[in-house]
Amino acid sequence: MKENDNFKKNPLSMQLDLSKFSQESFAPATDDEKRQQDVMSESTTFFKDGMRKLFKNPLAVASIIMLGIILLVIIFAPLVVPYRYEEILSVNGVRDKGAKNLAPFTYSELEQEFIDNGGTRFPHIFGTDEQCRDYFIRVVYGTRISLFIGFFASIIVLIIGMLYGSISGYLGGKVDLIMMRIVDIIYSLPDMLMIILLSVVLNEVLKFKSGSFLAKLGTNMVSLFIVFGLLYWVGMARLIRGQILSIKENEYVLAARSIGAKPRRIIRKHILPNCLSVIIISTALQIPSAIFTESFLSFVGIGVKAPMPSLGSLANAARAGLQSYPYKLVFPAIVICIIVLSLNLIGDGMRDAFDPKLKR
Amino acid sequence: MAKYIIKRILLAVLTVFIICAITFFLMHAVPGGPFNREKALSQATIDALNERYNLDKPVGVQFLIYMGNIFKGDFGVSLKNGRDISAIIGESFPISAKLGVSAMLVALVLGTVFGSTAALMRNKLPDRLIVFFSTLFTAVPSFILATLLLLVFCIKLQWVPVWDANSQNYLLPVLALSAYPMAYITRLSKTSMLDALSQDYIRTARAKGVSKFKMIFKHALRNSLIPVITYAGPQIAYIITGSMVIETIFTIGGLGSKFVTAITNRDYTMIMATTIFLATLMVIANLICDLLYKLVDPRIKYD
Repeated sequence: MKENDNFKKNPLSMQLDLSKFSQESFAPATDDEKRQQDVMSESTTFFKDGMRKLFKNPLAVASIIMLGIILLVIIFAPLVVPYRYEEILSVNGVRDKGAKNLAPFTYSELEQEFIDNGGTRFPHIFGTDEQCRDYFIRVVYGTRISLFIGFFASIIVLIIGMLYGSISGYLGGKVDLIMMRIVDIIYSLPDMLMIILLSVVLNEVLKFKSGSFLAKLGTNMVSLFIVFGLLYWVGMARLIRGQILSIKENEYVLAARSIGAKPRRIIRKHILPNCLSVIIISTALQIPSAIFTESFLSFVGIGVKAPMPSLGSLANAARAGLQSYPYKLVFPAIVICIIVLSLNLIGDGMRDAFDPKLKR
Repeated sequence: MAKYIIKRILLAVLTVFIICAITFFLMHAVPGGPFNREKALSQATIDALNERYNLDKPVGVQFLIYMGNIFKGDFGVSLKNGRDISAIIGESFPISAKLGVSAMLVALVLGTVFGSTAALMRNKLPDRLIVFFSTLFTAVPSFILATLLLLVFCIKLQWVPVWDANSQNYLLPVLALSAYPMAYITRLSKTSMLDALSQDYIRTARAKGVSKFKMIFKHALRNSLIPVITYAGPQIAYIITGSMVIETIFTIGGLGSKFVTAITNRDYTMIMATTIFLATLMVIANLICDLLYKLVDPRIKYD
């Protein structure tokens, strides 16, 4: 600096006159100043961003809350309510024959007598059914069974569809062609008719050890799962294959490959996260369809095995005494509607939140 | 185009054949023959019956005979009441067809009307109402909706007479059957209408000063109907299975309720015949929809 001072500066020179600047001007920028330069929002992951959007959607949030309440009720209600779903009501060990078709929150004569004598009796929140069983606990167990069927069937569909679809998508070529022709044929089979047919046949053929969970659920439900495993996966397989085929062609996959990324890394980092949202959404939307299928089968008379209740079989049984006891149809019907509606809305909300193609 | 049609028809024929094979062999997997009754028959009678109905032949041959009979329109006889199944189908299918076709038309027409209205009045009150109800109706199983309709309008309010042979009122059954497809088509046509409205050709039409009426009906609506056609195929399958429920609830003696009765009675020949009949119907409906779709939309490639 000292030496430079000695030079006489040419007035036309564009060179900066350093003497005009103080030493502070060259101090590194503080963090605060650096932040002023940021034009980007805080960096988030794909998942976090999607969740943030999902929770901004009031319908989806309301659905999540409704579903949460239903889950809490079906988990904790059996601990609180002292009746069992197959239990025929009795007072002090005497079978209560008057407790048939009670309206909600009423007691039978025998129970009233028992209460008048100082006993306590848990109220029948939804009344009782025609076989003197507490209806509330039956609806709770019916919801459990229906949700279980929905989740389990969707998971079967997911696993088979994902394996089949990704193998077909990765390998491509002849293998893909043959695998997809098989899918085409299965896809064009009328699924409901095939379910009915298989249920009718498997009912005769399948036999389970009595007492096991499968036997309690009944051959019909097991055959429902088998049918889902055999037929319903094709939609999922097609979807995943299509996803993988289109993602494989993307520029970022090409870029990753060109800088030498291994296939493992490409699958994990690029392909999987990109089709994950589609997979989750269609799994979520599969659950209501399984619940619908189950209730349809219960209607036709090939649903869960009595005395095990499902929402569909409860609603179907309630049709018999419809004029006198309409509430017996209304309760399971409302629960089915709420579950299906919330799952649909959550699925739609997730699609809006996670599907990058819909981003505006 | 011709190549595509032939390919599609061949696939449909193959599907029908596979359905027949699955149905036939599944029904044969059920233990016990058709002549196992509580009252034991003599061995000679059973042998004679088996020979009469070709049951003594190997399963493969039986299948071929059965297929040949179906081709001639002979579905055999019902196990439970001994009636000719072709006759049962012949008398009950027209009722189901009338119900199903009316429901399909109602669903298609009202669905597109509601969907287009919702798209044109986006974020206004009619749109909100239509979206609310279409979301609600996709969440109600058809048998619950049908039962509630029956309870409210037939029994409590008595506005509509209960179905019997004399007063065949199709209003409620058609309404109950079309609710779900209508809701679905409404949602579908809303999205496709919104999509069509945002296209360049609509902007061009508007820039040229085409009237709003002409723009909507000539340019937007016609293009937005294309995806609805693709959806009509699977919807026919829904209508066919849905009619089983609706016919049983409204006690309409169509093919659907006959099928449900056959399932309850474990009437295997009837189940087999009805499944093959309905499945073939669905495959044909799907085929027609697919071909129609390709015909309507020239942008689709034939591969």
